[in-house]
Amino acid sequence: MADVTIPVSAPPVHADEALVGPSGPRPRKVISRRNIILYGTLFVVAVYYLLPLYVMIVTSLKGMPEIRLGNIFSPPVEITFQPWVKAWAEACTGLNCEGLSRGFWNSVRITVPSVVLSIAIASVNGYALANWRFKGADVFFTILIFGAFIPYQVMLYPIVIMLREIGLYGGLYGLIIVHCIFGMPILTLLFRNYFTSLPEELFKAARVDGAGFWGIYFKIMLPMSLPIFVVAVILQVTGIWNDFLFGVVYTRPDYYPMTVQLNNIVNSVQGVKEYNVNMAATLLTGLVPLIVYFISGKLFVRGIAAGAVKG
Amino acid sequence: MHEARRPNPLFRNLSAKIAAIPMILTALVVFAGGTIWTIIYSFTNSRLLPRENFVGLDQYERLWSSSKWIISIQNLLIYGVCLLVFSLVVGFLLAALLDQKIRFENTFRTIFLYPFALSFIVTGLVWQWILNPQFGVEGIVRSLGWTSFSFDPLYNADIVIYGILIAALWQSTGLIMCLMLAGLRGIDEDIWKAARVDGIPMWKTYAFIVIPMMRPVFITTLVIIASGIVKVYDLVVAQTGGGPGIASEVPAKYVYDAMFLSQNLGQGFAASTMMLLTVLIVLIPWAYLEFGGKKRG
Repeated sequence: MADVTIPVSAPPVHADEALVGPSGPRPRKVISRRNIILYGTLFVVAVYYLLPLYVMIVTSLKGMPEIRLGNIFSPPVEITFQPWVKAWAEACTGLNCEGLSRGFWNSVRITVPSVVLSIAIASVNGYALANWRFKGADVFFTILIFGAFIPYQVMLYPIVIMLREIGLYGGLYGLIIVHCIFGMPILTLLFRNYFTSLPEELFKAARVDGAGFWGIYFKIMLPMSLPIFVVAVILQVTGIWNDFLFGVVYTRPDYYPMTVQLNNIVNSVQGVKEYNVNMAATLLTGLVPLIVYFISGKLFVRGIAAGAVKG
Repeated sequence: MHEARRPNPLFRNLSAKIAAIPMILTALVVFAGGTIWTIIYSFTNSRLLPRENFVGLDQYERLWSSSKWIISIQNLLIYGVCLLVFSLVVGFLLAALLDQKIRFENTFRTIFLYPFALSFIVTGLVWQWILNPQFGVEGIVRSLGWTSFSFDPLYNADIVIYGILIAALWQSTGLIMCLMLAGLRGIDEDIWKAARVDGIPMWKTYAFIVIPMMRPVFITTLVIIASGIVKVYDLVVAQTGGGPGIASEVPAKYVYDAMFLSQNLGQGFAASTMMLLTVLIVLIPWAYLEFGGKKRG
């Protein structure tokens, strides 16, 4: 879907036909009324979309006196990185003044295992569903997919009870399990569809050669499905990093992920509002998914399309 | 498809079944079990801890007589309808513009989609800052000389939900645009050629040929937007915290507040069951149309 459309090229011109007349599409005028409207509209919309990012960056580089005087769109007169330092290491949430760094490391400690574990589980699941279908598998799969649409609120409290029963409520491990659970529908769908699209002969040949469930998975399926793993990683890293609800419900303040801590810093009612620090903190939190997004490019688009298009 | 050709003895699929245990547990215990548990306990008067003291529909009566819940539902309706309409229209228009074989298509798409990579918390906080009446848009227009100019959606209870809508649209139209673009690219080039040969104007081709052909894309997009709408929570928490007063409360926040802040579990369960009901009203007809029809055909 992400391909750039290539204009239909003119058919090869033979010597005798060349005399008949010009062939191929008429060359377009570069500056036409249509193009001005088209690019003008796109440009205006693009400015609108970029504005918040610009405001974030600009505000985070100003000092507070300058913010009080100027407007939010004007570029900083005097660039200062103090707000960034403060947001990272000194900003307060309640009594704790360690800055966002704690939230950042919590988020890392949540995201990395959650991504690895959820993808491992979902890929094996998808593989079982695609190649080793057993009776009843479709029923479970349907429930799973339905679960993706059910509002999380319905399952919030039962999971609190379950985690409390196994003693993981409030810590990082509990949250990791929760992320694995809620990532499962979409990832399983992703992997199932991918493995189904691989040629069945491969699987059959491996079966004839005596490979078993895990043998085929590790020796044939895994090496062939690197792209879909990358898509899944992108999907999960951004999804888990950006999560707020599960973080706030299933962890204690010590283990709050970055998003929760950011919200607590910015929306705390105590003290003077330091907008520059707030914006630096906001940018810091948005940086990880933004980097993932700008690096992954087309794969990100593929990920959301895969997540969106039903099986 | 596979079973028909391959005999399926229990032992041969044992590893597959073991591998599927996490999925089975999630589907049965968490998704199905958790949902049923919540529905059952919504009929109890649980407060700090869940109790099996059944009180019939009391919680629901209390829910629907609570002004906070009524406002939540109204907000969800306004937010939902506006988001649905605007994101579909804007998303489609942007996709149509990008589909004109333009240059820098990738750049434009990257720009339109990047907000989608950001969390709702980040989105909410940025727009809270831009809509700040003192320093943001209102302050700037006033400093230009138009002193009576007023644009403070986040501090005006009547229009606060539209302030949230602006942020939500900024965050999510890129996704809709991408889905629509994929749909447009799926349309056969010959159809465009045929329309051009027949001299049909471009807007007519879109309105009467292309859009009807993209019906499945529209339906999928609709379901994605709709299921996102009901879940809206973080954005409100970050941007307004439900304020001013209770003017921008939404159901998901009502549930969280009841369960974890005001020790009113029964209310939370009842409210979340109502949310489930809303989703099912959207989901069941869709699932029926999409999957029910396919099996028969």
